Amino acid sequence: MTAIPKEQWKERIRDPKIECASRDEMTALQSERLVETVKRVYENVEFYRKKMDDLGVLPGDIKGIEDIGKLPFTTKEDLRDHYPFKLLAVPNERIARVQGTSGTTGKLTVVPYTQRDVDIWGECVARALTMAGLTKEDRIHICYGYGLFTGGMGLDLGVQALGAMAIPMSSGNTKRQMTCMEDFEATAFACTPSYALHLAESMVEEGVVDRLKIRAGIHGAEPWTQEMRKKIESILHINCFDIYGLCEISGPGVAMDCIHQKGLHVYEDYFYPEVLNPVTHEACADGETGELVFTTLMKEALPLLRYRTKDLTDITHGTCDCGRTLPRISKFRGRTDDMKVIRGVNVFPTQVETALLAMGTVAPHYLLIVERENNLDVLTVMVEVDEHYFSDEIRKLDELKTKVGNVLKAALGVSVRVKLVEPKTIERSEGKAKRVIDKRDLS
Amino acid sequence: MSKTIKQLSVFIENREGRLNEVLGLLGKNDVNIVALSLADTEDFGMLRMIVSDPEKGREILKSAEITAKLTEVVAMQVSHASGSLAKAMEKIVDGNINIEYMYAFANGDAASVILKSDNPQKVVEILETNGFKVWEADEAYKANQ
Repeated sequence: MTAIPKEQWKERIRDPKIECASRDEMTALQSERLVETVKRVYENVEFYRKKMDDLGVLPGDIKGIEDIGKLPFTTKEDLRDHYPFKLLAVPNERIARVQGTSGTTGKLTVVPYTQRDVDIWGECVARALTMAGLTKEDRIHICYGYGLFTGGMGLDLGVQALGAMAIPMSSGNTKRQMTCMEDFEATAFACTPSYALHLAESMVEEGVVDRLKIRAGIHGAEPWTQEMRKKIESILHINCFDIYGLCEISGPGVAMDCIHQKGLHVYEDYFYPEVLNPVTHEACADGETGELVFTTLMKEALPLLRYRTKDLTDITHGTCDCGRTLPRISKFRGRTDDMKVIRGVNVFPTQVETALLAMGTVAPHYLLIVERENNLDVLTVMVEVDEHYFSDEIRKLDELKTKVGNVLKAALGVSVRVKLVEPKTIERSEGKAKRVIDKRDLS
Repeated sequence: MSKTIKQLSVFIENREGRLNEVLGLLGKNDVNIVALSLADTEDFGMLRMIVSDPEKGREILKSAEITAKLTEVVAMQVSHASGSLAKAMEKIVDGNINIEYMYAFANGDAASVILKSDNPQKVVEILETNGFKVWEADEAYKANQ
């Protein structure tokens, strides 16, 4: 298919009353929902009652969204400490399903949903799919994993709400993915960006690209760069969209970017976003980087107050070129816990990716290894060399190595050892890409 | 008949068994190695070979996802007499040609040298005008067989 240029894009908005509401209308709606949420958690969740009592805050003190700063924070550790159902705000029998984190950063986190929570989740994903130009006519190939992980189920619920056709492939088995995508005439596909790139490369190798009907890709669940998006778009001739979500809050469909790619629109009628200075916890001004914090405004089973996502971003209010007034969060600058402090310098894997792709010489597959030698942090980057850049002259490969090293040093501010590896030696993820291995023993 | 020949160059990561994998693949598919040179650096090795069927060799490696390419080189025949290689090199240097690397192989009573330069055609011309013999591609791929 051919990608649709911005100028010819026909914007579709699923719920214009909400997505294009005035600031006053939205504030009124959020205030009403926050007051109700706070009352409900205070009455039903001991954890929050205690926290609010400790802060000396009563539900009556929360009169509107402007009072949100008075409320206590919630962290991932709080969820783990109350594993599995100790934060439940509804009777057990009202739980319709559970989902959980992929467990990549530690113990499993489980999230219960009532049927209404599930419906709202689906509605949010349906809004996101509409933002990607999809309608009930579309066939959406879902190669996110199905299971506790919210990716597969979330997209599936969204496709149902949209009334489109779902192709529930789950992840893995790239050959079969390609066959089904072609045979079922899928018009869009959804998966992690690293898997999308892997699929795209495989499609080129198999020569199936021209036979596909795909026109949109919906990708999220891990950080990716603009360069990676361009690469997938140019290989498959499609438009790619960035979808964001986290299971603690609901799943994919918390935010999504539109064709204008000016940040991800947050569905703030359900999830109230704050961007806070990670140290002082004060609200950041529009455009200033801080930690993203969410308060759920309609969640029944697991309402969360000021949940700290550990994702670093900035927020912009104001009307987008697409017509939506929903605030936009920037592509993530990393996670507070993905960030590596190397010799005192903060390093984010995404910086490495941006720098490598800008060079245009190496594939965007890399692995960072952090080690400690003689009490000094050493950063090694393994990068794959495209066949095109492979030379039979060692001198030329050494030059490439030096160049990569210099570019990374300029981008990161720390020296980097570069190790050239054969294409496809770094493991391709069918779930979340592992970009950093930290071998330092800091205990 | 081509006077330059195609060398099969392979990028080999420094890990156990990798070289063996490459050689094994070629052997299994009846690609005979006529001449070989292996250079190593801190983290990778460079395997350069003259083989019986360079195109086939490259295809086999490519389908095994091994990075390989074909490079144009010149195979010069040198007699077993002191100074003959030096004489050839002198002529090449006089022609302002830069030699990137070279390696030798023996065939029967004679010896041969593989030369990688920035201008293989000119190397052939210089060598032939000065009375040196270079291998023709089809002969070279079958040398020692």
